[in-house]
Amino acid sequence: MAGLLQTLFDALSLGSLYALGALGIALIFGVMRLVNFAHGDVISFSVFALLWPSIDAVAVVFAGNLPWFLLVPFTLTMGAGLAVASELLVFRRFRRANPATMMIASFALGFVIRYFLLMLFSSRPKSISLLPALSQPVEVFGARIPLLQVIIIGATLLILVGLTSFLKRTRYGLEMRAAAENFTMARMLGVRANRVIMGAFALSGALAAAIGLILAAQTGTADIQMGGAVMLMAFIATVIGGLGSLPGAVLAGFLLGAASVVMQVVLPAEARVFRDAFVYGAVIVVLIWRPQGLLSARGTKERV
Amino acid sequence: MSLLALSNVTIRYGRLTAVRNVTWAITEGETLFITGPNGAGKSSLLKAIAGVVPPAGGRIDFGGRDITGQAPETIARMGLSMVPEGREVFGSLTVEENLLLGTGMHARTRGWRARAASELEAIYTTFPMLKDRRAGQAGLLSGGQQQMLVIGRALMTNPALIAIDEPSLGLAPNIIDQVYERLIALQAQRSLTLLIVEQSATRAMLVGGRMMLMRGGEVLLDGDARAMGQSEAMQSAYFGYGEH
Repeated sequence: MAGLLQTLFDALSLGSLYALGALGIALIFGVMRLVNFAHGDVISFSVFALLWPSIDAVAVVFAGNLPWFLLVPFTLTMGAGLAVASELLVFRRFRRANPATMMIASFALGFVIRYFLLMLFSSRPKSISLLPALSQPVEVFGARIPLLQVIIIGATLLILVGLTSFLKRTRYGLEMRAAAENFTMARMLGVRANRVIMGAFALSGALAAAIGLILAAQTGTADIQMGGAVMLMAFIATVIGGLGSLPGAVLAGFLLGAASVVMQVVLPAEARVFRDAFVYGAVIVVLIWRPQGLLSARGTKERV
Repeated sequence: MSLLALSNVTIRYGRLTAVRNVTWAITEGETLFITGPNGAGKSSLLKAIAGVVPPAGGRIDFGGRDITGQAPETIARMGLSMVPEGREVFGSLTVEENLLLGTGMHARTRGWRARAASELEAIYTTFPMLKDRRAGQAGLLSGGQQQMLVIGRALMTNPALIAIDEPSLGLAPNIIDQVYERLIALQAQRSLTLLIVEQSATRAMLVGGRMMLMRGGEVLLDGDARAMGQSEAMQSAYFGYGEH
């Protein structure tokens, strides 16, 4: 029972990470038909924004020592700021370009961010202790669960509820949903393209920063590659969920997290190293069964 | 004074020229039907007017201002509301959300909430079945209901001119009658200017007003719809008899 509960919490917390990542990618894809491959580097950037530039193995902390109620908004702002800057400086210029060109631009932007971090911090992973109190375990029905896992799951649920009510109850959210479904029609009703796209980037960047915080607190390291693995899984989750569908992205993110954790548990020990191969195999099966994704978005029409 | 004026508008898609040097103007309160066979350039012309496709040449003025190459949202905010072909409802949004989208452009002005609410009531009075389905998903409406919804949604922006592309496409004849009945009533109520694109000229002749016939990207005829219906020039131009 305790073991089962442990697995459940592992699955939910890993799924939370993937769901947050997938949401960030789906938000941008929804309004711009852009798969933003720089998203993973926004994750890393948000963590390094807490440090002073240095090439030491131990991080020289800048904002990382702030109490949590300042640390969290600060990090989210850094992520949102970088994402908005990337829209203003890069993606806006490709607005009328075809999606492939935009995607290449996002790869390029990712490299620029990564090598900028490399220049300031070197490629050596740094140990960083963010919110150390969170590594205490808590007792849940006899299972010892790290407090951080409970917080990750709670925070993700909070973010999902908050984002849903933002999208459902505010005019800005209404405009975003409309733009995600049919951007041209939304503009013909006076919805400002720049405002909606900027909002999507800000939200997506803040979500990336939340992932960065979670990863840094969980692993205790800051690494310029840290966003890459989550980005890949998150991208896969958006595809399985149905590109552009926000509920689909969240659902698929949790499913992927669950699949990874379950494989880890049920696979025989010698096959565990190949866990990801099994997960990706399952992804292929899902896509053969439903090539359009689990919850495909209606409005994936061509934009003019 | 003309509300919308096109001069020498040319639209190209790559090497294909869809509209060639078109010049015309509509005055306030006028109803203009643009008819013509498939590929005549009617829809392209509407897209250029709405700012969705930038014209390759020429100039478009609306309300005395040059709107050539402006963004669709800018043009919409000036009071030109476009109802594109295929209706384009936001299927995942509710009926009421679809309608409210159009009021966003006034959201910074004083008292817009009250005006949006009264506008919504007015639309519901005109289209009672929209009120019954207000909380339902717009994608689940029938074709005729969707057509009413997009017309209502366009009205919510409080436009001076509504441009509608093929309002009768895919609708049963009695539903088309209803749509036009409402449109004409609305026009009288609000002193709207109507620009309607239809493939068939019969509807224009029935409703009356000004009619223009396009073919191969050019305007062939321009005149009173009823008078044109009787003329032989119309018949031959429409069906292309005697060409070449």
